[in-house]
Parts: sequence; C-alpha cells; structure tokens
Amino acid sequence: MNMFAAFWRSTIGKKVVMAVTGVLMIAFVIGHVSGNLLVFRGAETFNRYAALLKGVGGLLWAARLGLLAALVLHVTAAYQLTRAAAAARPAGYARREPQVSTWASRTMRWGGMLLFVFIGLHLAQFTFGWFDHATFSETDAYSNVMVGFRNPWWVLFYEVSMVALGFHLFHGAWASVRSLGVARPSGHPLHRRIATLIAVGVWLAFSIIPLGVYAGIAKPAAGPDTTAALPAAAPPATP
Amino acid sequence: MGGTGSGKPMNLTLHVWRQAGPGAAGAMRTYAATDVSPDMSFLEMLDVVNEGLVARGEPPIAFDHDCREGICGSCGMMINGQAHGPWKATTTCQLHMRAFSDGDEIVVEPWRAAPFPVIKDLVVDRAAFDRIIQAGGYVSVNTGNAVDGNAVPVPKTDADAAMDAAACIGCGACVAACPNGSASLFTAAKITHLGHLPQGQPERHRRALRMVTQMDLEHFGGCSLFGECQQACPKEISIDAISRMNRDFVVASVMQAEERQVAGAG
Ligand code: HEM
Ligand code: FES
Repeated sequence: MNMFAAFWRSTIGKKVVMAVTGVLMIAFVIGHVSGNLLVFRGAETFNRYAALLKGVGGLLWAARLGLLAALVLHVTAAYQLTRAAAAARPAGYARREPQVSTWASRTMRWGGMLLFVFIGLHLAQFTFGWFDHATFSETDAYSNVMVGFRNPWWVLFYEVSMVALGFHLFHGAWASVRSLGVARPSGHPLHRRIATLIAVGVWLAFSIIPLGVYAGIAKPAAGPDTTAALPAAAPPATP
Repeated sequence: MGGTGSGKPMNLTLHVWRQAGPGAAGAMRTYAATDVSPDMSFLEMLDVVNEGLVARGEPPIAFDHDCREGICGSCGMMINGQAHGPWKATTTCQLHMRAFSDGDEIVVEPWRAAPFPVIKDLVVDRAAFDRIIQAGGYVSVNTGNAVDGNAVPVPKTDADAAMDAAACIGCGACVAACPNGSASLFTAAKITHLGHLPQGQPERHRRALRMVTQMDLEHFGGCSLFGECQQACPKEISIDAISRMNRDFVVASVMQAEERQVAGAG
C-alpha cells in the first residue's frame, strides 16, 4: 500500500500513471473510431454494432468504469504535474526561445482541457441524449448521429476537438513509451514515426465522420424518415 | 573571419538581470558593450563591461565562472532565451562573440527555477544538485588497497554509455531550458552513468529511488519530454537517460516493496 502512495507522490510515478492510462485510452480510441466508421455502412450495420456493444452488459460496464478510472487518474496527474511545474518556475524569463519542443508538447495542457470538455459534451450528446432530446433514441444510435451532425456547430466543435486529439497523440503516443522507460535508446530520440501514424490516423478517421454526415455521404436511413421512425425502430429484447 | 584579431569590433546592447542579493527585488538593466572583439568569449566581454562599471563606481555584474574551458559547469546563464546562448554543445565560457553581430541586443538572465535561488545578478545557488548527488550519486567502496585497473571487466559499449552520461558537468542548463523547471536530465545522467557500470550495480535501485526522491523534495518540476534539456545540454546528453531513469525507478519501487515484505514490515 505504502509503495503505491510513495510511487504516486513522485513526479515519475505520476508520469508513469499518465503514460499507462494514456496508452489505455489510445487503445480505446482506436477501437472506438474503428467501430464508428461503420456509420458509412448504413443504419442497419451501425445499429447492429451499437446493439452488440450494449449486449455484452457487464463487460461494457467494466470497460466504462475502467476508462473512467483511467481518465480520472490521467487528469489528476496532469493537474498536479502542472501545478508542480508552475511552482518550479515562479519567475519567468524576459526572453525565452524554445528550440526543439514541438507545438504539440507545449499545448498538452490546453489541448487536454479541450479534450476534457469534449468528452463531457460528447457523452452528454450521444450517451445521455441531453441535446437533441426530442429525437434522441436509446436504440437508434445511427439516427442520433445523423441528427447531431446536421448542426454545423457540432461539426465544427468535433473537428476542432479531433485536431486537438491528434496533437495530443502526436506528443503523447511518443512520450508514453519514453515515460514508461521501454523506448529503445535511439540516436534521434525526438523522432517519432509510429506516434505520427497513430496521431494522423486517429485524427483522419474521426474527423471524416461529422464531415461525412454533414456532407450527406452518410445519409439518414433509407426507409422511413429517421426522425419519424424512431419509435418504430424501438424496443428489441432489452429488458 | 578565422584568424585571431581579424574580426571587426562590435557595439552591442546588453539587457542584464541585476539583483543585489538573495530575495532582493531585481530588474533588467541596459548597458552598452562597445568595441567588442568577435574573438572574445562571452565571459571576457562581460569582464570588459564590468571594468567599465567599476571605473564608474557601479557594482560589477556578478556571474559564476571557474575553469573557463567548458568543464566545470559554473558559468550558466540564459542568453537571448537560450541556456548558454546560441551555440549547441557550448558553455557560456566557450561561447564566442562572433556568435553575434554588430548592433545586436543581448538579453542575459540567471537560470530561473525555484530550487535555484538567485544569489546575486546572474549567480544562482545550485546546491540542490549537490543534495541530489548526496542522496545516491555515488558508489560505496570499502577502502583498502587500490583495486587493479582492469580487475573488473567493463564491456566497451557499457563503458561508452557510462562515459557519455558522466560528461554531465552539473551546470543546470537542463533545468533552465525546461519549461517545467525539471532536473530530470541531470538526475538521469548520474543514474545512467553509475547504472551502466558493474561497480554501480549493487546500489542501482536504491540509488534511483533516493535520487529521484531528493529531486522531488527539492521541488523541481516533472518531465514532460519537451526535449529542450537535451538541446541545451553543453555535453549533449540524450533524453534516453530519462527513459532509463524512469525504468530504474519503477523497478526500484517494486523491489523496495519486496524488500520490506522480506523484512516482515508493512
Ligand atoms: C480529457 C482530459 C485530458 C487531459 C486534461 C490530458 C492532459 C494531459 C497532459 C497535461 C499531458 C502531458 C503530461 C506531461 O507530460 O506533463 C498528457 C499526456 C498524455 N495524454 Fe492526455 N489528457 C487528456 C485526455 C487524453 C486522452 C483522451 C488520451 C488518449 C486517447 C490521452 C493520452 C495521453 C498520452 C498517451 C499522454 C502521454 C503520457 C506521457 O507523457 O507519458 N490523454 N495528457
Ligand atoms: S566556466 Fe567552467 S564551464 Fe564555463
């Protein structure tokens, strides 16, 4: 017990926790976007996928709690390390010229805060249905997405947030391996091929969804009008 | 350019942090540095400016220096927003004025970090580094006859890696350049240096644990892997050392718990 407390108290311990939780969230995000891309296969496929996730019951809740725990730890460590960094340099420089640090690395804290807001609003929109109340359906995730991204402000918010996610991962996916101490020694430790691939891949895959819906590439369900059809698509065998 | 005394003298404007003593309020002050030879080192340029100040009855600009050949690590200062100025792998004493051009404005500031309090002007107290070393940056040996030079074989690659890390002169540029004010590169260099050698193995994990704990107790910031430290380091120590420190620290944290269990304590 004492070991965990001492570990968490150290700056390296916090960074290791950030890296572990960050890698977990990267794994989630890659899985999440892979599933989400099914939106381009139409309402039936997408909703079958959504039902599949809900069908695993206990497992879904385990994953949700795990992700929530990861997020809480990640954000708490981020907050405490930010405080520690500010305390370590109470007086700044009159002139400072960053040399090699990437813009991505210098905006991890701002980007992280935007991601925090994003996650809150995203869950409120598509999990709790707080925004498009009249049309929100527990069972027709496809229709929720169609309704949500008909609004250009939502599209804009998602696009900006996904740029932030891309930058967060451009630094984070590279840094986590080094924080954990599992990176191989390298002649060019600042180079990052895999992290760039992850960042660009995740950003592109996520960002085409709101745009695709808004542009009408992913259309509302062909049959009856989605907004009207929601009670019809409703209760399958979920108790 | 090239040969001694060939460059044209320059006139420069310096903006220097002046602070009378620890805890005193300081401010940037502007000085003219005239007739500066491009062949002077930055410290020699300050010496000349100081002679002028003394002649006018003003207190000279205090700065730390000792070897003036890039090996003692005392001459650290922030020059135009870069630790040790614009040249890579160069301490301030080895920075030459040909790095600047006639008419340049040069901003000179002390290292800025809470664990490095300003003593006077550009001089900061780096005793926090000494305490990190005292916490574990050593190899304990029983005294007696000197050991044969090659009695303990060291693989060439290990010797090289240890030597690269041992090049650290403790100047504090890593802390100064780090946006977090982190001493990770310094601490990691010491841990890497001794941890690569057979003589350093018995205390390897205890060392990581103690030095990192002391680093935190001194209130340096954590590492965000900005990479600025590696770029600022006059000895070009790589952030690979930080990765290694983190690994040693994680392993040490686990082993320490095991030790406590073996000893029967909580
Ligand atoms: C939601 C709020 C979030 C906040 C406030 C946040 C904040 C931060 C901050 C400040 C850092 C840099 C820490 C440092 O080096 O000092 C960081 C690193 C990181 N973040 Fe986040 N983040 C958030 C969400 C995410 C998400 C959703 C992911 C993944 C999909 C993620 C993955 C990472 C990774 C992999 C790192 C690198 C860890 C390391 O440097 O070892 N973060 N985060
Ligand atoms: S005075 Fe010794 S390193 Fe510059």
